[in-house]
Amino acid sequence: MNMPLLEAMQLEVNIGGHSVCRKLDWRVGAGESWAILGRNGAGKSTLLATLAGLRAQNKGRLSIAGLALPHASQGQGARAMARVRGYLSQHQIDPFASTVMESVLVGRHPHLGRWDWESTEDRRIAGAALNEVYLGGFAEREVQTLSGGERQRLALAQLLAQEPQLFLLDEPLTHLDLSHQVAVMELFVRRATAGAAIVAVLHDPGFAARYCRQALLLFGNGEWLAGPADEVINSTNLTRLYGHSLRELRADGDRWFVPG
Amino acid sequence: MPSRRRALLVLAALIGLALLSLLLALAAGSLPVAATDVLRALSGESGGLAIEVIQGLRLPRALAAFACGGLLALAGALMQVLLRNPLADPYVLGISGGAAVGALSAMLAGLTLALMNLAAFAGALAAMLLVFGLAHGDSSWTRTRLLLTGVIVAAGCGAIVALILSIAPEDDLRGMLFWLMGDLGQAISPWPALVVLALGLLVTLPFARELNLLARGDTLAQALGVSVKHVKHGIYLLASLLTAVAVTTAGSIGFIGLVVPHLVRLAMIRLGWGNDQRLLLPAAALAGGSLLVLADTLARTVIAPQQLPVGVLTALLGVPVFLFLLGRQPNERQ
Repeated sequence: MNMPLLEAMQLEVNIGGHSVCRKLDWRVGAGESWAILGRNGAGKSTLLATLAGLRAQNKGRLSIAGLALPHASQGQGARAMARVRGYLSQHQIDPFASTVMESVLVGRHPHLGRWDWESTEDRRIAGAALNEVYLGGFAEREVQTLSGGERQRLALAQLLAQEPQLFLLDEPLTHLDLSHQVAVMELFVRRATAGAAIVAVLHDPGFAARYCRQALLLFGNGEWLAGPADEVINSTNLTRLYGHSLRELRADGDRWFVPG
Repeated sequence: MPSRRRALLVLAALIGLALLSLLLALAAGSLPVAATDVLRALSGESGGLAIEVIQGLRLPRALAAFACGGLLALAGALMQVLLRNPLADPYVLGISGGAAVGALSAMLAGLTLALMNLAAFAGALAAMLLVFGLAHGDSSWTRTRLLLTGVIVAAGCGAIVALILSIAPEDDLRGMLFWLMGDLGQAISPWPALVVLALGLLVTLPFARELNLLARGDTLAQALGVSVKHVKHGIYLLASLLTAVAVTTAGSIGFIGLVVPHLVRLAMIRLGWGNDQRLLLPAAALAGGSLLVLADTLARTVIAPQQLPVGVLTALLGVPVFLFLLGRQPNERQ
């Protein structure tokens, strides 16, 4: 039987007395691409951090590649876990002075032994990751001289250099202009086609419908809805999700949602 | 980041610098010594006043200075990563305050030098455990909480030190002040500090890449496979122990722990090598050791035969150098 990369059973996550999800039964397999949608404060980031094993769930079981969380992402197992799942945080912290190449090479950490230094192979992987997010000529630039969108792409390149099988992306499109939003979504679609699994918190239901095969809606009161994006993402559900009426427009086979 | 080969070259150069500073410390002093005497003393020959001065006084003192400088610079570099704060130094969390309370109490009670060192070490450990326990309270252990707890404990220790100074008899005051400013004349044996320095480097270097990640934030480090909680606790305990040993050996010598890691970091950044702890930690330890050896040599010779507390000289030398480098640092590199 094919083991799911991510599996939640009767998962309950709360934050600050607010319920993010209750009794969530959910499986993410290789090749799947999930969008997580919900209004501000619904707990999308909290859920994603829980899925990454960075905070403990309140109830229920959670596992990545068969390893139980949060235990498997802490202590000795943390490095092995980092070779399987990658996590893009919503907040990029300013490091001490550092070049773009150094920042990307940080993603190679889980693949390197204790006494290893980054090899030419690691540098090749990091360079390829930079090319994929259109930062090819930026390797020697100082991170502090980058714009917000460039920094976001740098964080994505770091994640690509990590080469995980499961990508947990918290708002991967923040600060990106339209063309880079499309490029980034297409790049993750390619990763999913190649056998990775994608879980991305997104804000535009149109992007979710266009690039993700599945969607998980968080209604903000602990209720949730998961399924194929074609079925789950519709104007009725979205109107309930955002508390604002939305209309669906169709163009060339794509569906877009605009405020009604 | 530097390549491994380049990092090793830099460290080899710094080892050479350290040896030079030690040779200078052996040759310089109120009793002039010929270079041949230094070599004869080092080769283990005996006989003659010069050789006895070198073997019995200058060599142990220079080695103690090297060890303490290395310990303080290493501890400072670790604290700056742990607290992700460039202002952090080995004393920021109250270690030197605890040691000072222990040492000065022992002096007040008229205990021997060995017992005074023991009291200083016990005081440092007590402060370390107090801060760790209090900051650990609800297991959240944020940097702010750790920093605030440390600063408050240090302030409490400062008050006790002031109290001891104000009730101490006149005769003890000078010794107490020298202790507080840092003075290598009181070092009994350099070996404990040297051994601890070597062990400290051996323990931290395998974790240096993890520290690089930690400097970029806990979440990123955890997501990339660093066992953040364990590494942070480990750094805290280790940096505290290194500081405690340095303070026990030579009193609270200021400035080395704050400035040497910065100097090394600034130099590395100017060379385009970033903030790689794999080079920074050993380089800071070697540079800190050499700097303190040179400062102590000056402290012994500037107004010889009278001696200055070395802590005064480290600050007097360090402040202008640091400000100069800081002023020349470009805000943005293209």
